Amino acid sequence: MSEYRPNILRGLSALTIRELKKWAKEPIILLMAILQPIIWMGLLGKAMNLNAIFSVNSLSNVNIPDIKIPEYGITISGTLIKQRLLEVFENIGTNVMQNFFGVTDYFSYMSVGMISMIVMFTTMFSGMSMVWDRRLGFLDKVLSTPVPRSAIIFSKVLNAALRSMFQATIILALAAILGLKISPTFSPMNLLGIYAAIFLLSVGLSSLFLALALRSTRHEVQMAVVNLINMPLMFASNIFFPTSMMPEWLQAIANVNPVSYLTDAIRQLTIFPLNSSTLVIDFVYLGVFAIILSAIGITLSWRYLTR
Amino acid sequence: MVKNVIEVDGLTKVFNKGFVAVDHVSFSVEEGEIFGFLGPNGAGKTTTINMLTTVLKPTEGRASVLGYDVVRQASMVRKVIGVVPQEYTADEDLTGYENIMLCADLYGIPKDVAKKRALELLELVELTPFKDKRVETYSGGMRRRLELACGLINTPKVLFLDEPTLGLDVQTRAAIWDYIRKLKEEYNMTLFMTTHYMEEADALCDRIAIIDHGKIIAIGSPSELKGSLGGDVITISIKEDVDVSELIRNIDNVKDVKKDNGSYRIKAESGEVTAPIIIDVLRRKGYTITKLSLEKPTLNEVYLEYTGKSMRDAEESREAFVSHRITLRRARSK
Repeated sequence: MSEYRPNILRGLSALTIRELKKWAKEPIILLMAILQPIIWMGLLGKAMNLNAIFSVNSLSNVNIPDIKIPEYGITISGTLIKQRLLEVFENIGTNVMQNFFGVTDYFSYMSVGMISMIVMFTTMFSGMSMVWDRRLGFLDKVLSTPVPRSAIIFSKVLNAALRSMFQATIILALAAILGLKISPTFSPMNLLGIYAAIFLLSVGLSSLFLALALRSTRHEVQMAVVNLINMPLMFASNIFFPTSMMPEWLQAIANVNPVSYLTDAIRQLTIFPLNSSTLVIDFVYLGVFAIILSAIGITLSWRYLTR
Repeated sequence: MVKNVIEVDGLTKVFNKGFVAVDHVSFSVEEGEIFGFLGPNGAGKTTTINMLTTVLKPTEGRASVLGYDVVRQASMVRKVIGVVPQEYTADEDLTGYENIMLCADLYGIPKDVAKKRALELLELVELTPFKDKRVETYSGGMRRRLELACGLINTPKVLFLDEPTLGLDVQTRAAIWDYIRKLKEEYNMTLFMTTHYMEEADALCDRIAIIDHGKIIAIGSPSELKGSLGGDVITISIKEDVDVSELIRNIDNVKDVKKDNGSYRIKAESGEVTAPIIIDVLRRKGYTITKLSLEKPTLNEVYLEYTGKSMRDAEESREAFVSHRITLRRARSK
């Protein structure tokens, strides 16, 4: 009987591959997960056509009468005024969109936000799968093997990150097809940056959800907790609207919300003209978030995984 | 020299709500024996096994496996033991082979060794034809055999089996018994198992601890336990209407005689030897024996003797059992 050496990488890869195999065997779940942001993009992104408010069409039925100034014998044609007004108006519209959203169309703005959303919803399942593993006894079996406890947690984290990255790719490709306006500063190298940013937020968020699920055996409770966290995380961020448009108290929350930083990082790398100093701040913030929360997750798993 | 593979001293587990699942349990298991924990559902069997396999932390007391403390040297314990849990824990979405290889990865067994061993184990539990089928297509018996194979992947020195035949039909149960005996005989493995089937404990275990409400109430080999009841029961009736109690009482091995409704209830050691002697003695005195029966005590009677209730009575109904498990699980999870 030989002494085997359980090592963290071996255990981590085995457990992660298990999760990925399970995932690949249920394509319907993947489909549902991708369908959700598509619906958001298609309905909200296209319906909230903010730039159309400022377009020529919205003023087409306004009639301006001719202006006559008899003292000087001048008559200014109403159509001419309207034409000039429309030009100014369109100019203002583009500027307003540009100033508030950073891009001229709302669809591009929010479809990038959908990537953040899918990261949030994918990571939340990492906690759920922990609850299931406990209920089915799989977790107890894994706990009775010498595999390092951190490998158990990290496999869930890594799985969530890989899934988020995969799904983000699909969202990005679909957004491109549906008319995403890419900034001139975009280069294919930026994709690596996008993946890195998604990875960091996934690690942070899934560590959080896993820490919450460590002792839980009821998925209903876990679901309720996760929903409670996800909703404010989604709306108190820049996924749908720029934080500058929010009331101050909401802005304060949105500005510490890591989801805002991921969304901004991806926007910087795709639709915005790249601002390196902002991007660096985004990455530092996401990195610190990931490190702190995964450290908390590991510490708690050491203490609480074994009851 | 026989050494103790498992040593348990005052092991106690109190769950958060003050529910004492295991109450100062002490015992030891010798190398190469099959040691059984016998008791009704909810007696504390699984909780004990979970503490010995490092899944649960004891509230009080000590336990060691092969000299390693289950709390302080938990990772050493995990390396040398194999666990076959009560639930079907194999991943339903993976194939049988993938499941075994996953276990091998968790133990850090080198790939080439693991592959060879996985195929051997699949052969042992007769799952080779199904190895590439998903576990969700397996029957209960096949799943149980797969769990057994997973528990053996690291060639453990001690194997823990929690209710290894729960919910299986008679034939499958007999097959599992055969595997278990094989492990003991061919690999000199030490086995610790829990069961609430008395026939199973009787047929399989070298020594049994009867556990009830978290306490060990009797411990010993099945024959010792049954012997502690004062031996077999011989019931005899004679045609003649005289009291022969004294006559019988003077025979060797006879411990007690009670006259009851014209028949004699005799407690005697090794009944199959004593009964012919009794017949001889009575015949020589000219009595005619009309009826004779010999009963060997079962573990159920042992259980009855020590707890004052039949184990079958202690067995809850299926529904009560399920709700009890849910309660217990919630208690454990907090």
